[in-house]
Amino acid sequence: MIAFILRRIVQSVIVMLTVAIVAFALFRFVGDPVASMVGQETTLAERAEIRQALGLNDPFPVQFFNFVTRAVQGDFGVSYRLQQPVMELILSRLPATLELALVSGVLAFFFGVGFGVYTALRRGNWLSGSIMTISLIGVSLPTFLIGVLLIWVFAVELQWLPSFGRGDTVYIGDWWRTGLLTESGRASLILPAITLGLYQMTLIMRLVRAEMLEVLRTDYIKFARARGLSNRAVNFGHALKNTLVPVITITGLQMGSIIAFSIITETVFQWPGVGALFIRSVQFVDVPVMAAYLMLIALVFVVINLIVDLLYYAVDPRLRVDRSSARG
Amino acid sequence: MTAISNKPPLLSVRDLVVEFPTRRGTLRALDQVSFDIAEGEVLGMVGESGAGKSLTGAAIIGLLEPPGRIAGGEVWLRGERIDNLSVEKMRRIRGRRIGMVFQDPLTSLNPLYTVAEQLIETIRTHIDVSEKEARKRAIALLDRVGIPAAARRIDDYPHHFSGGMRQRVVIALALSAEPELVIADEPTTALDVSGQAQIIDVLKDICAERGASVMLITHDMGVIAETADRVAVLYAGRMAEIGPVRDVVQAAEHPYTAGLMGAIPTLTQTADRLTQIPGSMPRLNAIPQGCAFNPRCPRVFDRCRAERPELIARASGRHVACWLYETETENV
Repeated sequence: MIAFILRRIVQSVIVMLTVAIVAFALFRFVGDPVASMVGQETTLAERAEIRQALGLNDPFPVQFFNFVTRAVQGDFGVSYRLQQPVMELILSRLPATLELALVSGVLAFFFGVGFGVYTALRRGNWLSGSIMTISLIGVSLPTFLIGVLLIWVFAVELQWLPSFGRGDTVYIGDWWRTGLLTESGRASLILPAITLGLYQMTLIMRLVRAEMLEVLRTDYIKFARARGLSNRAVNFGHALKNTLVPVITITGLQMGSIIAFSIITETVFQWPGVGALFIRSVQFVDVPVMAAYLMLIALVFVVINLIVDLLYYAVDPRLRVDRSSARG
Repeated sequence: MTAISNKPPLLSVRDLVVEFPTRRGTLRALDQVSFDIAEGEVLGMVGESGAGKSLTGAAIIGLLEPPGRIAGGEVWLRGERIDNLSVEKMRRIRGRRIGMVFQDPLTSLNPLYTVAEQLIETIRTHIDVSEKEARKRAIALLDRVGIPAAARRIDDYPHHFSGGMRQRVVIALALSAEPELVIADEPTTALDVSGQAQIIDVLKDICAERGASVMLITHDMGVIAETADRVAVLYAGRMAEIGPVRDVVQAAEHPYTAGLMGAIPTLTQTADRLTQIPGSMPRLNAIPQGCAFNPRCPRVFDRCRAERPELIARASGRHVACWLYETETENV
């Protein structure tokens, strides 16, 4: 177990270093950092001085090493556009994105599993049929279109929910600004969360349905029924648990995508998260922010992957076996 | 062998018909199958693949896979009709009064739960006992079916056990709520030869101990000959012959049964070739008129092609569905 975790951590570090090379290459080779930082009137001598001070004349490995050392300490430099430390910027925006991603992830998981199980168990009735048809729409419509449609119906026509922003927020601790504790904050969260989670929900639902149908055909389910176990025990105790083993992996990876691809939803709803920050940074070639965002998303994926593997381990006893004692 | 007593049978199947509606018409997979199983009796059920053996078991326990359905006939368990019970009432019978053992022990157990969890869950579904008491019973059961160090191994997962050991666990599970009847659907087919005899012994002994009847579905005539009291022969979803195992094995009356027995190698006789029945069993959508066996029958005559023979009671206590024996019974 410990060896397994250690191995995974080493792998994660390798992944992070690889991403760091890409992020660093961005820094170094997309445009000239000095040109981005200084004004028109700066003389060539001053530019050379800054270049020297920033260590841009050092050999590549040294520069990379310095970049990684600073990155590990959370120092990604200063935003060209906003003249603030990048880490500060990202941290101030991160809670908005995480709250949005978490809520839509939870929504997607529970509704996805719920609908998936329902459509698998009640195959052929009209409600399952409708759910399946609607889910097809959910898969095929692009996210921005869904967002715009929701805004049009619920914000413009019905005027039930706000169409943009995060509503009122309050601080928890020093820096975590949450919208979950205020009414307008929660109301503002609904539409973006649905937009962001809808695709994931339909994906999870279809996966759960397919897996569940597969599991329901297995011998151990037939045997469980032949032992007279109640439908609930068979469907939810025996079938669902086996269904969820592969679903956990996909859902975990989807959680990463939700955070990474919240960019579109944040843009549509003008949600003040890191995705929106990233889009602005791209427009202004704000390389430090872009690099930091890249590293952050990589970190999210790596951490989620690690958690998924550990969950897998906890759910499936077959993985826990040491190889020597398997099969008598 | 057990004599058939005057007591009402434990299980009585009357004219059971199972149909599968398909786009190209309804297929009749079981056609008016009738038989009884007495208290404590072991009934062997033989036939070629597709003859309807497993289907009979599934129909009795109420687990036909849709679109298959019981289209006629009755199933009685100790004087109570069970083929038309509500889903919930039938569920209470499964496991509690009729246990079932499936063919493949490697896939019959849920891989994510320990043996203890699966046993205790089954026991507590049917019998009102505490978790602790259920665990005690579970350990005793595992011990009885021959799992060494049962008290320790009970907390293992199915993948910790070998195939033969898993089939013992399956038997323990099927018997955990002390059913009166156990339907064993080819319980040894997936095991290697050395394990087969042991599993059959365990199953037979433990059922005999508890007075449970057994319906043993198999195509292994050797197992039937050693284990069963009576044997029922199915052909194309119809009962061909049913009777005491010794009579049927040594002096089969139905030409199909005779053909089956002729295909078994024996130690006492030398033969260059074993006899075989020419042709193959008809598909369900092409069952011939009259006796289903008539195109392959060596003793076929005109009537077989026109009329379907009923099961006829014979003096020896067996029943045969064959026109060859009609004239005789009329005299009895």
